[in-house]
Amino acid sequence: MLAKRIIPCLDVKDGKTVKGTKFVNFKEAGDPVVLGEIYSRQGADELVYLDITASHEGRKTFTDLVKRIAAHIDIPFTVGGGINALDDVDRLLNAGADKVSLNSAALKNPQIIEDVAKNFGSQVCVIAIDANFEDGKWICYLNGGRIPTERTLFEWASEAVDRGAGEILFTSITHDGTRGGYANEALLELHRRLSVPVIASGGAGKLEHFKDAFLKGEADAALAAGVFHFGEITIPELKKYLSEYNIPVRI
Amino acid sequence: MEVAVIKYNAGNIYSVECALRRLGINPVVSDSPEVLSRADKVLFPGVGEASSAMNYLRTHELDKVIADLTQPVLGICIGLQLLCNHSEEGNVDCLGLFDADVRRFVPQTHGQKIPHMGWNTLHNLQGPLFKGVAEDSYVYFVHSYYAPVVADCIAESNYITPFCAALHKNNFYATQFHVEKSGAVGVRILENFLAL
Repeated sequence: MLAKRIIPCLDVKDGKTVKGTKFVNFKEAGDPVVLGEIYSRQGADELVYLDITASHEGRKTFTDLVKRIAAHIDIPFTVGGGINALDDVDRLLNAGADKVSLNSAALKNPQIIEDVAKNFGSQVCVIAIDANFEDGKWICYLNGGRIPTERTLFEWASEAVDRGAGEILFTSITHDGTRGGYANEALLELHRRLSVPVIASGGAGKLEHFKDAFLKGEADAALAAGVFHFGEITIPELKKYLSEYNIPVRI
Repeated sequence: MEVAVIKYNAGNIYSVECALRRLGINPVVSDSPEVLSRADKVLFPGVGEASSAMNYLRTHELDKVIADLTQPVLGICIGLQLLCNHSEEGNVDCLGLFDADVRRFVPQTHGQKIPHMGWNTLHNLQGPLFKGVAEDSYVYFVHSYYAPVVADCIAESNYITPFCAALHKNNFYATQFHVEKSGAVGVRILENFLAL
């Protein structure tokens, strides 16, 4: 049976992991490769590496890092952050990434989704959508949740899939950082509308939040950062918990 | 041991190279008939579209080279599909080393998303490729087309329908899943192949 996926997300700046206080005993925990290996050994199903470096030099560092990740990690990983053109996608896939995640670039230029799907296949093309619930609507945001757009979550997600997105990574800005649970109603609506897998992101704080994302939100995968990095939830205990609710997980 | 990876117009070969290096093997990536036929083991991995891949193989006369290989060969993902008789993807005749026709998954309910992407379980494991691999082990799949369960099937999985997760005939082996991305289980299967 196809398993629901648990995905730790690692933010990377200038080649170093930004959050990582859980692993105080590992002095290399600032190394995204070491941290990824730890999660992989614990049973993570995939990893997402987000490059939050702003500078051009940083991009080069990130590509080198992707090569090192590919050399060391034997589970799939997605890379995102600052991908603006087909060349960026080509470079990162050649460096060994399994998928790329596009966010602002796709909102600004939706054609890029078709270009990526046509050149590399839909399965590599993850469209990340940051949306905030305001005045009864899910408003999509650019640039890491800083700039609101005219687009709304459901119509944009549908368009992205029509253009060739292979997966939708939906982060609720409303829920992110609250540790109060995922945006399950919006996730369920995405599930109903879309023919591709949906990754839940934003709001994980307790074990039951993951269960709810899968059972109430019908998510295919759940992504989290803080709860894993700070050790509040470990992947083995999370998977054991989910399996007790008959949610298929890889143990 | 000399291990060759077939070079053609399919993506994601780098991950297979990395997986081999983790096992201490420095593979040669090549489309040279001499290099491929001389190697102890040959891997035929990749992610791509069947008809354009077949077109490339025929144009470069790699179709004959592959069919003539006598050492153990491991097809991975589209490699498996290209080793079959025919693929619905681009309606193309393939290499015909496995007697199976590759079809597209047809969703029966809304929740059945295409591609089949993620970790799924293996069943009815047979033969040396799966030595030490437990029934119901999870491996990583990404594909929209599949080979149905046929006589040469040595592992099954189930998504929408039971399908063939691995094939074996003579010196040809193939897995629909990505051994190079399937964690410890994948490593074991790759080690088993290299030990053939």
